[in-house]
Amino acid sequence: MGIFSFKGGVKPASHKAESTALPIGEAPLAARYVVPLHQSIGGTPRPCVAVGDAVLRGQRIGEADGWISAAVHAPTSGTVVAIEDAPMPHPSGLPALAVVIEADGCDAWIERQPADPAALGPDGVRAYLQQSGVVGLGGAVFPSHAKLSAGKAGALDELVINGAECEPYITCDDLLMRERAEGIVAGTALFRDLLKPKRVLIGIEDNKPEAIAAMQAAVAKAGEDFAVVAVPTRYPTGGAKELIRVLTGKEVPAAQRSTDQGVQCFNVATAYTAWRAVAFGEPVTSRLVTVTGNVGSARNWDVRIGTPIAEVMALAAPNPDTDGVVMGGPMMGVMLPDTAAPVVKATNCLIAHSPALFPPKPAEMPCIRCGECARACPHQLQPFELYWWSRAKNFGKAQEYALFDCIECGCCNFVCPSHIPLVSYFRFAKSEIWAREKEKAAAEAAKTRFEFKQLRDEREKAEKAERLAKAAARQAEKTAPAATASERPAPAAPGADVTTSATVAAPSPAADGNGDAEAAKKAAIAAALERARAQRASAVPRNTDGLSPARQAEIAAIDARRESATPATAPTPVASAAPAPVPADATTDEEAAKKAAIAAAMARARAQRAAAKPRNTDNLTPAQQAAVAAIDQRRESTGLASPAGATGTAAAPLSTDPHAAPASSPPAADADRTSTP
Amino acid sequence: MIDQPAPYLLKPASVTRVMAQVLLALVPGIAAYVWWFGPAILVQLAIASATALAAEAAMLGLRGKPVGPALADLSALVTAWLLALTLPPIVPWWLTVVAVLFAIVVAKHLYGGLGQNPFNPAMVGFAVVIVSYPALVSQWPGISGPDAFAAQLDAILGHRAGLDALTGATPLDHLKTALKLAEGNGSVAAVLADAGIYGPLGGRGWEWVGLGYLAGGLFLVARRIMTWHVPAAYLGAMAVLAGALWLFDGASFASPLFHLFSGGTLLGAFFIATDPVSGSTTPRGKLLFAAGAATLAYLIRVFGGYPDGVAFGVLLMNLCVPLIDMYTQPPIFGAKAMAELGRKEGR
Ligand code: SF4
Ligand code: SF4
Repeated sequence: MGIFSFKGGVKPASHKAESTALPIGEAPLAARYVVPLHQSIGGTPRPCVAVGDAVLRGQRIGEADGWISAAVHAPTSGTVVAIEDAPMPHPSGLPALAVVIEADGCDAWIERQPADPAALGPDGVRAYLQQSGVVGLGGAVFPSHAKLSAGKAGALDELVINGAECEPYITCDDLLMRERAEGIVAGTALFRDLLKPKRVLIGIEDNKPEAIAAMQAAVAKAGEDFAVVAVPTRYPTGGAKELIRVLTGKEVPAAQRSTDQGVQCFNVATAYTAWRAVAFGEPVTSRLVTVTGNVGSARNWDVRIGTPIAEVMALAAPNPDTDGVVMGGPMMGVMLPDTAAPVVKATNCLIAHSPALFPPKPAEMPCIRCGECARACPHQLQPFELYWWSRAKNFGKAQEYALFDCIECGCCNFVCPSHIPLVSYFRFAKSEIWAREKEKAAAEAAKTRFEFKQLRDEREKAEKAERLAKAAARQAEKTAPAATASERPAPAAPGADVTTSATVAAPSPAADGNGDAEAAKKAAIAAALERARAQRASAVPRNTDGLSPARQAEIAAIDARRESATPATAPTPVASAAPAPVPADATTDEEAAKKAAIAAAMARARAQRAAAKPRNTDNLTPAQQAAVAAIDQRRESTGLASPAGATGTAAAPLSTDPHAAPASSPPAADADRTSTP
Repeated sequence: MIDQPAPYLLKPASVTRVMAQVLLALVPGIAAYVWWFGPAILVQLAIASATALAAEAAMLGLRGKPVGPALADLSALVTAWLLALTLPPIVPWWLTVVAVLFAIVVAKHLYGGLGQNPFNPAMVGFAVVIVSYPALVSQWPGISGPDAFAAQLDAILGHRAGLDALTGATPLDHLKTALKLAEGNGSVAAVLADAGIYGPLGGRGWEWVGLGYLAGGLFLVARRIMTWHVPAAYLGAMAVLAGALWLFDGASFASPLFHLFSGGTLLGAFFIATDPVSGSTTPRGKLLFAAGAATLAYLIRVFGGYPDGVAFGVLLMNLCVPLIDMYTQPPIFGAKAMAELGRKEGR
């Protein structure tokens, strides 16, 4: 079969040999597992165990919340000792709700029941996979069952299985293919039966001859007609769109889902876990993690989800000069602020960072318009134009140059002779645009809300007059239904928007709650989260305007690589975080706390909607949510520090800004300016 | 805890490396220059370099920018060398200084420094002095060995008395003048038969300098410092235009080969029109930009009042760059599918 090519891309040194010398190792059991509930794109699973419960390996501890969500399971047998906020593998360092399990050392499984796909039927298999927690393990963690139906275009032409693994250092898919190829092929067959594509193509970069041979042998053994295709090694061939392009010649634009063009794509590890779930009744409780970089012995480990990252790193004996851990690859990975955070389903690689391995970036020089970045861009954008307009804060122009088609792969950044942190500029511009769209939407919502409130006030007055005697009782009852009503994902209903802004949040029914203040608070936050989830797909301003919410939800998946690598950049609008103040005239402490809580929830909901992607910060306490907003704002403002100088040829790299860390650091002048309404 | 955003890997590339390779690529041309026309050019290169570095440092200081890293990027040196190589090597020293000052101070820093200048700085410097001192800038040395160096040095220092013995017309100029003097009775072939001035390719000596630039330019293309677009379109347009007129009237118009190897064609094609800052950035834009610059250069050198048109061709095309870039944006990934989608939905 023919091989196509995509333009751009780069060839960084692969550094894969270090971690492929040893076979996959089984990571020893930890004493304690911290299993975050939010591990996939979409709704945050609700905990379905209580503190003190005994759990078995594979027991469901978090129920999927909505269709775009996947269950979470206990990684070993033991006791639930806490359901609390814990540090997350996320650059913000912010905690999120997790189930903490004290292992009992028996590592006893639940009773594992293989499933019969024929008996379950296609819908049954999808639901089964959702219950088994099968999500995209290439880093995107998009719930797989939601990708297992043919798209609008009808029958699929191609099912693409992604074994390209293009980022340097990462070898977990390589080892999986070498050692567990038959499982991957069986999982692929499962997907094939659901999607009924005309062809199945398994793409593997040609720097993995062992994996290619193993997969070819497994395909032959299974008697399948899958084509195992060696694709040229070039970053980012492993991006779903790039691989689809290379294997099929089809270019899926940012605004489309791949099924629109008759293609669907899964990672090899996803296929493998799907097969384990169906054939063995084993939900996803572990994954392969490459532990490499500045370490004594790099290797791939089969690690239980929830294992503290520090314990996994220790397996590789990091060298003494290690000064951090990068999760993901060196092109799109994120520096982890806290290695107490657990391994999650998105953790494909942990790299011990040292200044010798990844030298500090040289000072940023002016752009000389050499066009290297444009030649490297796999999406054929003009990064220097994007940079120019982002820096000038001419975001309209940046969008004209297709800012939102940028997948933040870092190729442009990699080649730039002026060492401009281009990707940081693009993230900054995107977050600014989101923030502005948000403000616009908020203003309109406020108007609707005002009108609605007037109406409601009048009605309430009338009711009071009519039924003076029952007024108190009714008021108490009303609190709960009102909150529940607004929980429905109906963004069009004016009532539902009542809580989207701090300023109007206070008079909302929930906040008025004169009964159980705590319950009201929770209800309000729940409502906000619910709505945020519902609206996430529709409120995204990108140069893909006018798409259906469903399609935009899919775009979230398209952005998935970026997402898993850079969750911190979920742009909390600089502007919206700031004007979420506790009203100065707050009457009582309790009232103020309540308002602050709601404001914080709102700020985060806005950020979430804007980002069209989930963060690991769902289920934070209100105070922590406020902290998220503050930290994100700080991140943004330090990101701004560099573009701030109009001709800032000598602007220090964002990263080395010594003021970036302290919480007390004042926001850069730019952040101030943009937060002024 | 270090807080650097991805990517953590960077290619070992830098502006300094780019510029250093450009300077290196000029060396073969300069060597041929010295061989045929004496070491005067080296003196000019030194004067231009010193002026450029001093002006760059002063301007950076005035603008409150760190001087060290900007000087180290070598971009000022590239401008200085290109300027020195476009000027006759025996112009008085102060003329070189004036040209370089204009290039660095006005064309580069008053527009915002490296990366911001809409016009090619070296060509701005050249244009200013050729307009202000046309006589001085048309005095080119003839072929000379090392023995002429003392006289050349004298000329550079400003003693222009014995200059006539040194100078000769450039081949391009000579051809133009000879054809004009013959008033339609001469032919290119007859003029070019004068082996004292002309070689098999172009001007005697100059063709070797041109070959040197060609070698250096190909080195840059091979090193991927520049893409093939600009040199190919520049030389292609020059050859096509010259070829068409030569075929039309071989007696009045020199061959394409002559034009490719005369004057600033090769220097322009590989080193001047390729300036990324002031040139077009898109692939199709580069083709347009270079073809336009070459066309203008040809028209000016053949029909215009100046001996060569490389500088003005480039400067005029610099003006058009924003427009060219706007209309030549390459399609982005998936653009075809989007267009199809639009067509379907439009129906
Ligand atoms: S690679 Fe860097 S210097 Fe070159 S055009 Fe792009 S942003 Fe500018
Ligand atoms: S980060 Fe964006 S602009 Fe840069 S190469 Fe990747 S897709 Fe292109």
